[in-house]
Amino acid sequence: MKKIPPLWLWVLPAVSGVLFVALWYGVRAGSGLQSWILPTPVEIFAAAWQERARLLTAAGNTAVGALVGFLLAGTLGFATSLLLGVSRSLRAGLYPWLLVLQMTPVIVLTPIIMLWAGPGLPGIVTVTWLISFFPIVANMTQGLLSTDMNHVALFRMANASRLQEMLLLRVPSAMPYYLAGLRIAATLAPIGAIFGEYMVGNSSGGTGGLGFLVYSYNTQIKIPALFATALTSCLLGFIFVAAVSGLNRAVLHKWHDSFERNDH
Amino acid sequence: MEPAAPIVKFTSLKKRYGTGPLILDDINLAAAPGDFISLIGPSGCGKSTILKLVSGLSPGSEGGLDVLGTTPKLARDRQAFIFQDATLLPWLTAQRNVELPLRLRGMAAAARAAKAQEMLALVGLDAARDYYPRQLSGGMKMRVSIARALTLSPQLLLLDEPFGALDEMTRNRLNEELLALRERSRFTALFVTHSVSEAVFLSNRVLVMAANPGRFQAEVKVEFPYPRTPALRARPEFQAKVNQVSQLLHQVEEVVSA
Repeated sequence: MKKIPPLWLWVLPAVSGVLFVALWYGVRAGSGLQSWILPTPVEIFAAAWQERARLLTAAGNTAVGALVGFLLAGTLGFATSLLLGVSRSLRAGLYPWLLVLQMTPVIVLTPIIMLWAGPGLPGIVTVTWLISFFPIVANMTQGLLSTDMNHVALFRMANASRLQEMLLLRVPSAMPYYLAGLRIAATLAPIGAIFGEYMVGNSSGGTGGLGFLVYSYNTQIKIPALFATALTSCLLGFIFVAAVSGLNRAVLHKWHDSFERNDH
Repeated sequence: MEPAAPIVKFTSLKKRYGTGPLILDDINLAAAPGDFISLIGPSGCGKSTILKLVSGLSPGSEGGLDVLGTTPKLARDRQAFIFQDATLLPWLTAQRNVELPLRLRGMAAAARAAKAQEMLALVGLDAARDYYPRQLSGGMKMRVSIARALTLSPQLLLLDEPFGALDEMTRNRLNEELLALRERSRFTALFVTHSVSEAVFLSNRVLVMAANPGRFQAEVKVEFPYPRTPALRARPEFQAKVNQVSQLLHQVEEVVSA
């Protein structure tokens, strides 16, 4: 593939962004839609500024739920994958149920979870965990099973124990897969938390997260503020993804081919 | 004087996978200590399978196989395998890769670091010990792989086309280095290759194999004394040996295509 010069990596998205905003204003002007149906970007930013205190507090609350759920998914996902990677029978016995869990829409499970875990942080964390768990397990398990056969032969030849094979060979070679799973989970975790809050409403002590703001602004028909909430949620998602990208880089950049430079 | 006990002894060995066709038929071979035996033959003749049998990665179906006076699996700690690609772990530096067999045996960190550095120096890579595999050339990777194989001073070295992917100059260099290491470490070697001149240069015995089922067709003894130098390749006797093996190989391959 031809390489794109670094400057263009900034210029091209900026150009498409400007075109998109121009289209936005065009539709607004051409259609005569009201601000409360299609606010302009300026109106959205104005609403964001006006509501900044509520948005920030809400984003903080959502970040806590998303982070705890994400970390739970990351650790439990890692452990579950190890179990599935170790034993063919465990894999055969459990994987279909993991799929069933994943196939059941979160929108159906959330009210049940809230019923059991209560409407506060525990319920929100559980929803977040539920939505981010499967991609991690699916990727990591795939990684543990994709170990180079020659490497396995090397370990067998050296009379390595199963534990050594797992810890010194399969786990490190599955790291790129695990991190790919974490990256998907990082995009899902804030969505899970916001959705949980949306379903809980305001009952978690009056503050609520971004999900509660969605509910609240929507019922008050504060549509520019609703757009501002979307923007804030998007930023929160970016922070999660950026953090995982940083982790990915820290773990892999020295040895993995995805960080191959062309200058040596 | 009694002849020394063979390092590897195949007795009428047959190999098939499950109920499939015969992969190897009536394999008989006694490798004496110090032998450097090359296995050469058409693709699918079971050369690599022979190495798998010796290393205990795959069992024989009929007949006997003794390695270092015991079963292949029990002999594992006294043999080492060098694969076609270097099979280095990409997340470990060159030195940590060489340390791996020692680490698997539970050797203390300081002792294995010292041993690995000694081995890397032996293959001329002391300066590259902190490099990751992706920073090394194909020839350097293979040197690390050789150093790793020799860390435990194996009595038997199994090599499965280790230099097949390298350019000819690098391959020749590594052939010479391998023989120098042999002078020092005195291992017995089973070497699978597709290159006739490589087989003749390295070995004292070249076994030509035929396919369907895989079997030994002919043996050529190569009696040039060790240590051998690059100058050997230019000598007419060397060329004559190469021609002899090439012709045998040609006959085997004609049978296949007939």
